[in-house]
Amino acid sequence: VRPSLQDLRQQASIAAKVFVQRDYTTGTICQFQTKFPSELETRIDKQQFEETIRTLNNLYAEAEKLGGRSYLEGCLACVTAYTIFLCMETHYEKVLKKIAKYIQEQNDKIYAPRGLLLTDPIERGLRVVEITIFEDQSNGRIEGR
Amino acid sequence: MHLGVSESMREREYSQISTRSSTPMESPHQKRVLRKKWQAFPGQNKFYCDGRIMMARQTGVFYLTLVLILVTSGLFFAFDCPFLASALSPAIPAVGGVLFVFVMGTLLRTSFSDPGVLPRATPDEAADLERQIDVANGSSSGGFRPPPRTKEVLINGQTVKLKYCFTCKIFRPPRASHCSLCDNCVERFDHHCPWVGNCVGRRNYRFFYMFILSLSFLTIFIFAFVITHVILRSQSSGFLTALKDSPASVLEVVVCFFSVWSIVGLSGFHTYLISSNQTTNEDIKGSWSSKRGKDNYNPYSYGNIFTNCCAALCSPLPPSLIDRRGFIQPDTPQPAPPTNGITMYGATQSQSHMAAATPLLQSEPVMMSDEPSLPGRTSLGAACASLPLGQPTPPTSTPSLSCDADLLPLQGNHVEGQHHFLTPEEAPSPPGMLHCGSPMGQGHPHGHAPGHGVPFYSPASQDSLHEDSVRGLVKLSSV
Repeated sequence: VRPSLQDLRQQASIAAKVFVQRDYTTGTICQFQTKFPSELETRIDKQQFEETIRTLNNLYAEAEKLGGRSYLEGCLACVTAYTIFLCMETHYEKVLKKIAKYIQEQNDKIYAPRGLLLTDPIERGLRVVEITIFEDQSNGRIEGR
Repeated sequence: MHLGVSESMREREYSQISTRSSTPMESPHQKRVLRKKWQAFPGQNKFYCDGRIMMARQTGVFYLTLVLILVTSGLFFAFDCPFLASALSPAIPAVGGVLFVFVMGTLLRTSFSDPGVLPRATPDEAADLERQIDVANGSSSGGFRPPPRTKEVLINGQTVKLKYCFTCKIFRPPRASHCSLCDNCVERFDHHCPWVGNCVGRRNYRFFYMFILSLSFLTIFIFAFVITHVILRSQSSGFLTALKDSPASVLEVVVCFFSVWSIVGLSGFHTYLISSNQTTNEDIKGSWSSKRGKDNYNPYSYGNIFTNCCAALCSPLPPSLIDRRGFIQPDTPQPAPPTNGITMYGATQSQSHMAAATPLLQSEPVMMSDEPSLPGRTSLGAACASLPLGQPTPPTSTPSLSCDADLLPLQGNHVEGQHHFLTPEEAPSPPGMLHCGSPMGQGHPHGHAPGHGVPFYSPASQDSLHEDSVRGLVKLSSV
């Protein structure tokens, strides 16, 4: 029986952690490498993993996108001496909330049933996507590195 | 059980209160005062208002800036405005007032916000990186320091070297730099400004630019209208009588006269930087100068001035990555305590960290990160004990001292050769002396850029900006 997210939280022990690093080839914008880590080979498909990372990359690109909307927000903020952010959320923050929801959903539907857990990159300073690999309890093996 | 013991031993490293005999479940920690992350922040910053305000350690010069602006503006509104409002137009104090509010707002925003500090790596991340680097370099013998770690990345066709930060245990993103005064890596690091009492980086660069721009307008405004005031008065009562009637004007004129040159010059310099999408750091090092090589170009520039300006000033404001007002979670891995680069290098060190980290994680029944937002959970005092926590320092830093400190980023235990500012070996000395000496003479907010039309770097020094040799020079001078 595959553990649910609640089961994982309560009793699973951590076997290993994988860190997906940032990809700087397009500049300083927040993007993560889509290279499939070898430690996850036995747990999840490559397609699925790449799909998750690619969606995250698209969401981060949306957060940092320069366009009419961000310019408007910037000018409005400047004119109000940046006090507008006391009552309004920035565009980036709105997208971060979307990302948090997406990660939660991915964990619930795809990763937890496979004994994995994604950590929201914002909790690691947008440096890495940390994937925790839990001990495979169904047959008592510990996944090594 | 042995996991509980190693956990409490690890706690003892960080917090003053720990109970060896406690078990994770019924620990008295649950009832202790919750600590916020800013209280455990590993950098040299000071925090006020429960973590809402973040500044550098030495803030003396910032208070000087505040006093100068407040006093000069105050004198203007008190002594010159009544005359000008009646003689010319009440719009003058109104416009002056708006400018003044804008200047103060942007100054405070620049000084108090997080410049874009990168949080340090968690022990697991650091261990993972160390392992990857050891594999890449082959196992080191320890003892002597091995060559610094770098990674090369191709960004928009230009090769950029990413350096490993020994203090923060991360590979610095492009354009990030480690500020030795604040002991943090800062994203898109521009410079550390003692006049605003903070680093200027990705998150507060636009506020800094708006501050110097509006201050230029305010200075010119006050200067022009004080002169007008004196002239109008002397038309009716003679020049000397006019000066006697309004002595404050003399002080204002003197302050404004000296400020105009430096502030307007600085605004011009930063306008140039923004339009070419460079940081002060990159410009001074000549990173993207064509003198370095024929194919050398700035990979971050969008190609046209308008887009570059919009990107710098109107791009979405990124969030603070350090979450200073969040509560410390008992199960979240805290960044490793600051040590100098040498001790952290050995493989045994990283392994013991890894060994210490895993039992800590395994013993905790609660998951590390179930919710992205982490409000009010019980926390552990897992913090470095030796941190400056909002203790006001007397304004001991004189402008020239901070200026020198800025040029010589070799303070503290930051042993690495990475420098974010010119060392005396690199900078031709006259401009360096000039721009260090001038704040004393002028006594008004002044930055670190040549606002005098003096070319800051000469082709000769640029050619000699060879990273390894400079690092060697920097190391020698630090000994």
